[in-house]
Amino acid sequence: MSTQLISERVAAGHRSLRARAVGALGPLTMLGGVAWAFLQPYRITLLHPRGQGFWWLLVEPPLLAIAVGVVFALFVAPGVIEDLEAEEH
Amino acid sequence: MEPPAEHVHWLFATGFLLLGLCLLARAIVGEGVWSRRPWRAYLWPALLFALGVLMWPVMVFYTNSTIHMIAHGAWAQTMMLAGAAELGLVRGKLHQTAWRLAMPLALAASGVALLIHEQNGWLFARAAFLHHALGWTALVGAIFPLVGAFRRRSAVWSSGFALTLVVISVLLYSDRDVAPIFGHLSPLAGEPHR
Repeated sequence: MSTQLISERVAAGHRSLRARAVGALGPLTMLGGVAWAFLQPYRITLLHPRGQGFWWLLVEPPLLAIAVGVVFALFVAPGVIEDLEAEEH
Repeated sequence: MEPPAEHVHWLFATGFLLLGLCLLARAIVGEGVWSRRPWRAYLWPALLFALGVLMWPVMVFYTNSTIHMIAHGAWAQTMMLAGAAELGLVRGKLHQTAWRLAMPLALAASGVALLIHEQNGWLFARAAFLHHALGWTALVGAIFPLVGAFRRRSAVWSSGFALTLVVISVLLYSDRDVAPIFGHLSPLAGEPHR
């Protein structure tokens, strides 16, 4: 195992509760969207696309919730965690 | 080529969900850390202002009665006011604490508009139920930014505000065309769709 990987794991292990909470917001939102898709599969029109109009194929609530989680996890959370850790150390 | 009304609700729900997540992260890390990167400090007020701007075409193209139109206009104006006030505070152009009251005012006014413009009872149809639920959520939720305006460092009030927006997004996602609610659907509401 490389020393870089070990140091990253050690750093992750020391991550504060607040950093973990911010890091969890995106994945939890994605998980909520996936759970919703399983509970109400009829709201995913991509699963039954025949005869559906443009908007029914574009705007699918569980997928939108997953997309919000992805956007937050990729573009917002990493910077917030970085700044939080910089302040804590 | 206009999207159906329920799709518009779902798109706004997406905006409110992102807004709620940003505010929740801000509540967790504190305003100081959140505002370390200038773009991030502007993110949620700009998103709120944009949602207000986008409410105008909804008012123009989707309302079918005067009271409905006035309600949508009120939401557009109050969201723009709250977003602009927060942008002014972040930029340093506004200094008075009173500007922080724009957000609770927006939530309270939106809640009242929702409750007044819904003419039917809770169990008339799903849309009526959601109007009542959204109205009371916004009205009661206004307490969080109201107290938070004076207790800026309290994570409780800022988290409560963020979660209020998440609940609003869940309620907006629950909107459907004519649909029953808890097994109830008034025959006056029309034939259920989907």
